[in-house]
Amino acid sequence: MTTFSLGRRALMATALAAMAFSAPAMADGHKVLDSIHFLIPGGAGGGWDGTARGTGEALTKAGIVGNASYENMSGGGGGKAIGFLIENADSNHGTLMVNSTPIVIRSLTGVFPHNFRDLTLVAGTIGDYAAIVVGKDSPINSMSDLMAAFDADPRGTAIGGGSVPGGMDHLVAAMTFEAAGKDALSVKYIPYDAGGKAMAALLSGEIAALSTGFSEAVDLAGAGEVKIIGVTSDERVPAAPDAQTMMEQGIDTTFVNWRGFFAAPGLPADKLAMYQKALAEMYATPEWEDVRARNGWVNIHNSGDDFKTFLEGQEQVIGDLMKKLGFL
Amino acid sequence: MLEGLLIGLQTALSFQNLLMVIGGCLIGTFIGMLPGLGPMSIIAIMIPVAISMGNPSAALILLAGVYYGAIFGGSTSSILLNAPGVAGTVASSFDGYPMAKQGKAGKALTIAAIASFAGGSIGALLLMIFAPALSSVALLFHSAEYFALMVVGLSAIAAFAGTGQVAKALVMTILGLIMATVGEGALFNMPRFTMGIMDLQSGFGFITLAMAMFALPEALFLVLKPKTAQAEQDSEIKDLRISRAEAKAIAPVIGRQSLQGFFIGVLPGAGATIASFLGYAVERNIATKAEQEEFGKGSIKGLAAPETANNAACTGSFVPLLTLGIPGSGTTAILLGALIALNVTPGPRLMIDEPQIFWAVIMSMFIGNLVLLVLNLPLIPYIAKVLSIPRNYLIPFILFFTLMGAYIGQNNATELLLLVGFGICATALRFADYPLAPLLIGFILGGMLEDNFSRSMQLYDGIGFIWERPMTLGLLVIAGLLVVLPSYRAHRARARAQGVADGD
Repeated sequence: MTTFSLGRRALMATALAAMAFSAPAMADGHKVLDSIHFLIPGGAGGGWDGTARGTGEALTKAGIVGNASYENMSGGGGGKAIGFLIENADSNHGTLMVNSTPIVIRSLTGVFPHNFRDLTLVAGTIGDYAAIVVGKDSPINSMSDLMAAFDADPRGTAIGGGSVPGGMDHLVAAMTFEAAGKDALSVKYIPYDAGGKAMAALLSGEIAALSTGFSEAVDLAGAGEVKIIGVTSDERVPAAPDAQTMMEQGIDTTFVNWRGFFAAPGLPADKLAMYQKALAEMYATPEWEDVRARNGWVNIHNSGDDFKTFLEGQEQVIGDLMKKLGFL
Repeated sequence: MLEGLLIGLQTALSFQNLLMVIGGCLIGTFIGMLPGLGPMSIIAIMIPVAISMGNPSAALILLAGVYYGAIFGGSTSSILLNAPGVAGTVASSFDGYPMAKQGKAGKALTIAAIASFAGGSIGALLLMIFAPALSSVALLFHSAEYFALMVVGLSAIAAFAGTGQVAKALVMTILGLIMATVGEGALFNMPRFTMGIMDLQSGFGFITLAMAMFALPEALFLVLKPKTAQAEQDSEIKDLRISRAEAKAIAPVIGRQSLQGFFIGVLPGAGATIASFLGYAVERNIATKAEQEEFGKGSIKGLAAPETANNAACTGSFVPLLTLGIPGSGTTAILLGALIALNVTPGPRLMIDEPQIFWAVIMSMFIGNLVLLVLNLPLIPYIAKVLSIPRNYLIPFILFFTLMGAYIGQNNATELLLLVGFGICATALRFADYPLAPLLIGFILGGMLEDNFSRSMQLYDGIGFIWERPMTLGLLVIAGLLVVLPSYRAHRARARAQGVADGD
């Protein structure tokens, strides 16, 4: 009951805010779309939920989209929503589904019966780099120190992460070791069911290093608890100018955990162009900057064909690595 | 520290923050009282509100109030309806619900409120004095110790051994452990035991299972066995007050469990649920023989133990959150997200850089617990009247909240089918006199037990971790004692009784 009325109140507030903000915006002729329905493949409070609601908030407040609605459809780790969008494609031209790197990984392993090619690719909007971190008192200060520790005692140098074996954090660690000329198969990867528990394990000395998301690493490095010894970006990220990239340390590897939007298969081209225009225009607005900064997201915009090229490249790299690791 | 205290008190006593404490506690207790609704969903919903206030102290005070308010109020639905909405209050229903059935609902609620208040306040006191020192305790436990701690938690099912249902309790525990393996484990790449059904990939939901095991059979029982139910209802709600003897009995329990619960809460991998089960198990095992018989049938000690422990643990979980920036549970993870969004980075520097936030939150916990007690005590007679609502109104009410609670977290209609299916199975099991609580204990602990076990196996390349670290071995020995001790005592008592008979 409470949640229902809260939801209604929140909706009303959004509608009011949309009205208030969109009036002057419409006068400027900014409005691209009347409404977007966001389909979120997971429950409230998760990463996908935050991305969809944050994007919707920026789009409506900036007056680019008149009205945004949200639907959480969890099940099958996200697979249910993908299936729903494909099965009910014709009646869902007004729907955008949020997704991220796992759609590539889980389609490869067959956990999802579909893959991104079965959907209409709209755009990748934000992303997060990956990072390898060690505790603040660790003798390890760089990737070469970590490699030396690994060479000395491969079984005693465990790398932890917040995902399952064969999941994102594992793949990043394997990718890095592979690029540094080590055998990815002999890396001892210890999975934790949440990022926080993995971080506790790192600080307690259970694992030697941790493979994690860059934004999470920056927060803990800021608190003086961990040292970031390698980032998977092309160039140093302004949020942590002291953190060296993998490339700088002679490890030829990059990785982006992207988040983006997909639409139903067979979406008319003009409608697709409208969605892409709306998202492209969003980046320049102060409303988006607000949302982005609040969540610590990095703008990584890949629209249409660029998005496709990017996804195919990622699928290739991840697929090869997973074959090597024996997950495929 | 004194300076910090004064800053905190000053911040916490500002008009806005007082409003936040009272508001947060009110929302929290109300949500907690509804069966099937826990603090996590309501905090997630309130995050945008908290962030829009722009004041980190006020936001954290509000959200923390909702959190411990929900744990405080969560016992109400466990006691009155046998419908725990939070994993941390499952153990409160073991003795709380039998008390309510005996017409002592008012007394049970009073004990729960006092135990919660004491646990929360003593927890806040410990947090205030020891928080900086305790950050290292939080990092003391490795996966191997967490595994051992889960084993100690599982020994709570020994509490059911006294009722002569050892075999049945074991069967149900194992069933719970088996059910915990369904879905994608944290440590495996592929879904297990889902029979190809996509909706099972994330495993069974805790709320769904708790509702199916406790609340739904309760409602069905009222329908199927109207006569006994009617008889129970006729018993008046009497004795709201606790006698002096009872207060004396629960005081040491509250003292012990405040400490034990708080320290378990400090560990990032344990939390309020483990604390409540362990509290129940430990108190049962150190109780006298006569008191042990009472456990599970409406023991005041059996209610006070988990109620104190879960509130103390909830406060304890703020130690790793504030001093290390490490969330130990889903709820504290959401709190951490809110803090970061407000440009506050929890960690060792929080106390130095922004002491007003750190101390204001602790001070607000004292105020909050007092507010909760003052709000709840006078309301108890009215809340307890829920039980005298005629059956034909009460059953739809229970069913509505049960179904809503299962649906709302995930927005997944399959949860409803699972709820009804399991609910019917659970009702059948209840008719056959199988205890359902061990199933839930097995289910809650099973996932963590398995994850920590396989992590330890990987880290130490085999089973060697058991004697590698003395603390692991120590905890396992304690678990063994907790299981064996009751049956050894019973055995000796029997032998002695026989000896007497022989002497005649």
